[in-house]
Amino acid sequence: MAGVQVANVSRSFGAHRALDDVSIDFADGGFYALLGPSGSGKTTLLRQIAGFDFPDAGSIAIGGESVERVPVEKRRIGMVFQNYALFPNMSVADNVAFGLSVRGEPKATIAMEVQRALDLVQLGKLGGRRPHQLSGGQRQRVALARAIVTKPRVLLLDEPLGALDKALRVDMQIELKRIQREIGITTIFVTHDQEEALTMSDRIGILRDGRLVQEGSPEEIYDRPQSEFAATFLGDANIFRGDATGSGIKLPDGTTIAASTGASVPAGAKASCAVRPERIRISPGAAKPDQATANTLTGQISKRIFAGNNSTYFVDRDGQTLKVIVQNTGAERLAEGQPVVLNWSPDSTVLIAAELGEPRGQISGMLSRKITCSRGW
Amino acid sequence: MADQLAIGSRRGLKPALPLLLPAYLWLTVAIFLPLSAMVFFSFMTDLPLAGKEWSFTLGNYAAFFSQSLYSTLLLSSLRLGLEVTLWCVVIGYPAAYVLAKVLKGRSREAIFLLVILPFWSNGLVRIFSWAMVLREGGILDTALNAVLPFKINIDLMYSYPAVIIGLVHSYVPYMVLTCYLTLQAIDDSLIEAGRSLGASRRQVLWRVIIPLSMPGLIAGAALIFVPVVGSFMEPRILGGRTGTFYGTVIEDQFVAVFNWPLGAALSFILLAVVLIILALAAPVLRRAA
Repeated sequence: MAGVQVANVSRSFGAHRALDDVSIDFADGGFYALLGPSGSGKTTLLRQIAGFDFPDAGSIAIGGESVERVPVEKRRIGMVFQNYALFPNMSVADNVAFGLSVRGEPKATIAMEVQRALDLVQLGKLGGRRPHQLSGGQRQRVALARAIVTKPRVLLLDEPLGALDKALRVDMQIELKRIQREIGITTIFVTHDQEEALTMSDRIGILRDGRLVQEGSPEEIYDRPQSEFAATFLGDANIFRGDATGSGIKLPDGTTIAASTGASVPAGAKASCAVRPERIRISPGAAKPDQATANTLTGQISKRIFAGNNSTYFVDRDGQTLKVIVQNTGAERLAEGQPVVLNWSPDSTVLIAAELGEPRGQISGMLSRKITCSRGW
Repeated sequence: MADQLAIGSRRGLKPALPLLLPAYLWLTVAIFLPLSAMVFFSFMTDLPLAGKEWSFTLGNYAAFFSQSLYSTLLLSSLRLGLEVTLWCVVIGYPAAYVLAKVLKGRSREAIFLLVILPFWSNGLVRIFSWAMVLREGGILDTALNAVLPFKINIDLMYSYPAVIIGLVHSYVPYMVLTCYLTLQAIDDSLIEAGRSLGASRRQVLWRVIIPLSMPGLIAGAALIFVPVVGSFMEPRILGGRTGTFYGTVIEDQFVAVFNWPLGAALSFILLAVVLIILALAAPVLRRAA
């Protein structure tokens, strides 16, 4: 087992820059998620690490050994594919045995290792079946057993749970995490599902347009996103844009938003603030209370979505729609059209420096889409 | 798969009849009736034409067993079929692989066109054009002598290799097409999975790609082997005197000697032999597929 170092890797396909100067250090034994929308380059990066494709520039090392020009079969990796890629002409046991068999291991060793791997994924009795006789979840387990039976240095997973239905996916998330802990293998996991990334990984790398946007633990990224993209792609966020004041921002209409976490932006520069919907308190009322604390806004509920354990309110204020999530604690529910007061702490507000060279219109277009159709409710 | 079958049988055969009937009527009229007539002929002493006397006999079939010439020719025809099939695999499979797995888009279409081009020309024209290429002083001979510094004599015309060349040319597209179809259906991720597990390209080829494309190889082989064993045009035109095979003897009975009963009997013996070969090979092939 070993860590993986990706340093300044770039890869272009024609005019399209699929990876642009990406550097990530995957520590030994960690569980990493590469998270990003489709086309962000996460799968391309995984394929560079696997060796199916080679970078135009930069270096990749597995366990300290440089592998840029080492072919796939010599890299000692294990890979689980999105469609499982089980060999349909072989039994489950033969699928799992494949990696050991091409290495020329003795038959007795192979049989023993295969049984152990199948037991690990709880399919000990299904070795004689053909892949087409298995359910999606079982195929997933076979693919995993096949990938780890060769004792690879690193395990690569390309959206492995994407084809499973939701309940099964949650089971497999737990299962995958258990197996990873049990054998302690460095695992790199590609996904576009933010929830999967949050719940499973030790660290997350967010990619966008071939660039690494932010890298850190799930808590770090969720609590202190460094860009509007990171804030809205991992979880939901309300974004305010204005000019930095030193302790927050001033919106174009004069309202100030106080922020006590995030980047330090020199006063006067363009900046944004991000607030998570569950951090905002909502209460009925048309006007701000007299002794209003920082970060108090008024608005009107335009829409309410009840999801059982919580409710999501969309609050219109001055051309902007804010999203507020309230836990179902039995308190009074607010109605659509009702005027409300919103309030949140500066500690819950993350200051973000404006992204240079990003066309603003494009971002806001994406954000509004994100807010209206994002998952979580 | 099982579900689909269950749905199909529940509806019954009745609604499907209008769809099936035209094809089966046509097959009955166009193949079954003439074939039955041929079976009938094969047991006759002579054709019932111009008021000739005829009676039933097993003599036509007995002729095959009493004269070693026929079985010798049948064996050499089977050998021809085997060799041509083998060459078609050797030449066609790699081409199919490149078409299915390496080329994409426009270039694939262009190369594909070249593969099926032979289908668009008349078989006889094709064979005679080979005759022009292969004979002494022909295109191949002239071209090689123009390029090479020393004098060589290429005269492949009227030889066994010429027959092989002509037949392989006629039949290799079948192999390319059937293999292309099965190769194309193999998911690229299976190849990548094999390599990620430590298998070299060669090991992936032998353990994953070839087993998975076996149905195409078998279908191609059957499509080629059966007609080549009975072929007569290529052996006659390109083989000359060396081109006497089982198929040409049958042709002679129908066209030259006008002994239809013997020709029919020889045909059915060939059919029986081919069926026996396919039946014997079936369990092995099924396991491979």
